[in-house]
Amino acid sequence: MLLTEEKIKELATKANDIRMSIIEMLVEAGSGHTAGPLGMADIFTLFYFHILRHDPKNPFLEERDRVVLSNGHICPVLYATMAHAGYFPVEELKTLRKFGTRLQGHPHREYLPYIETSSGPLGCGLSQAVGMALADKMNKKDKDRFIYCFMSDGELDEGNTWEAIMLAGKNKLRNLIAIVDRNNIQIEGFTEDVMPLEPLQSKWRAFNWHVIEVSGHDFRALNEVVEEAQAIYEKPTVIIAHTIPGKGVREFERNYKWHGKAPNKEEGKMALNELRALRF
Amino acid sequence: MLNPNLKLNPKIFNSDVEQVPIRKGFGQGLLKAGEINKNVVGLCADLTESTQMNFFADKFPERFVQVGVAEQNLITVASGMAAMGKIPFCSSYAVFSPGRNWEQIRTTITFNDRPVKIVGSHSGISVGPDGGTHQALEDIALMRVMPNIDVISPCDAIEAKKATLALVRTGKPAYLRLAREKTPIITTEETPFNIDQAEIYWIPDMGLAQAGIIVTGGLLYKAILAAKELEVEGIKTKVMNLSSIKPIDVKAIVSLAKECKAIVTVEEHQIAGGMGSAVAEVLAQNFPVPIEFIGIRDLFGQSGTPDELVEHYGMGKNSIKEAVRKVLARKV
Repeated sequence: MLLTEEKIKELATKANDIRMSIIEMLVEAGSGHTAGPLGMADIFTLFYFHILRHDPKNPFLEERDRVVLSNGHICPVLYATMAHAGYFPVEELKTLRKFGTRLQGHPHREYLPYIETSSGPLGCGLSQAVGMALADKMNKKDKDRFIYCFMSDGELDEGNTWEAIMLAGKNKLRNLIAIVDRNNIQIEGFTEDVMPLEPLQSKWRAFNWHVIEVSGHDFRALNEVVEEAQAIYEKPTVIIAHTIPGKGVREFERNYKWHGKAPNKEEGKMALNELRALRF
Repeated sequence: MLNPNLKLNPKIFNSDVEQVPIRKGFGQGLLKAGEINKNVVGLCADLTESTQMNFFADKFPERFVQVGVAEQNLITVASGMAAMGKIPFCSSYAVFSPGRNWEQIRTTITFNDRPVKIVGSHSGISVGPDGGTHQALEDIALMRVMPNIDVISPCDAIEAKKATLALVRTGKPAYLRLAREKTPIITTEETPFNIDQAEIYWIPDMGLAQAGIIVTGGLLYKAILAAKELEVEGIKTKVMNLSSIKPIDVKAIVSLAKECKAIVTVEEHQIAGGMGSAVAEVLAQNFPVPIEFIGIRDLFGQSGTPDELVEHYGMGKNSIKEAVRKVLARKV
């Protein structure tokens, strides 16, 4: 879909708002993951405000595109984006991880039915997306919508992920598009130290996927590669999106120590000031 | 005598009683389920024929997914298909599924509330010559401990067929436990089957029973033989088929305990965490009576013929009779 200069500006502002919401909710919760959600804010913004076929006022619309979040720990970005898109009040974000909340520490469909799957334990989102695409193929609906799976690079360590990659290649699932958050970090360090993933492109290609690499912060480039993925007819596509973990707050950027912790009040204030200065 | 109200197999005590693998009933049931409901799909991890999913796969190739030797994917892909309205049946050997993929079942099926049916064939010690690696003796415990899943272990092929068809309609996750070996046919097409209802298959010729024998799976046949011999020896028993371990028929179990005040449980599974444990949980809370457990006593299996192994691990007819005498001696 055409992306005008004006729309890009609008998306950048929205992504900034979403990053601020992420910081606010994490500070309020006192725990949770910071780097991943900030790093994926641009991609989630582009999808929920430009690419996805969805209707926040009619969340169970049959023809909607399906979004599977595999690495459930980055759910603050999912929740914040959904709230800003109108699925539920932005004010509710402050309930993250609190007793009785719909916004569980890791997504649970029973509490928040607008999400397609519960997730947290890594490595099983892609295979659920594969199952959705297989069902669409059986029902001859694979030309009507796309199944998007957002996943992390760290969870490529999981065997289940590669089982899913193999099956998707076998079945030539044309409406399946995986987006890997290639931020190079996982809990204990850099991915290439913990468990090297490279050469990542050729691995996916060897499993019969169409592979594209892109910057995860360039709206125009991202939009173009999603269009390319949608146009690939004979195989599933993976978009390896290079993101900066902690993007938007210098102190958090590229630092794996921010993978699994939340900012305290002071750090949150600093982060919000920095993000506010970036407002367009 | 056999409960006359249940229309059980009248030839059950003949030496040439018909014997059919329990898994075959699943195969026939799934084929029929496929004919009745177009949303039923089958997924298998390279064991289509030995889990008897081949009948379905041959008839409905477009609704069958071969995932290869990948049991974690088997379950998680099924979860995704269920999200789109399908009713997936996933078959493999019980050791691999639900053995290898327990956490995937928890996260993507039960926690996620997707109506996926996990079919574990080749359960129990009677897998025989394949040896201990392939004898699933822990699967009931693994599944029944999880919220939001039914656990069904049919006693013969006919009941397995009925269970398969019943599971299509429940709208929730289920584990269906099957066995490989030929097992005597105990029930008939007319025998009632309801997921949450246990039935008494053997009753005393007259008067009250002195002990209740609760069985799940194919050992039910041996328990009925034991009950018949005990009756001749003057010990009156009732034998219950507890094919639905979860949901469990609390009312029927408590009522049996109230009548007999002594219970023996029989299963091809570890005693720890299995059907007997589930019965003990019910009785400890509602009507405590002495219980003897027939099952595997914290051991792994080994190679042998099914009969040799059932005898060796103390689960045969004579062991059941012995357990009844033991529990009667403990009766207060």
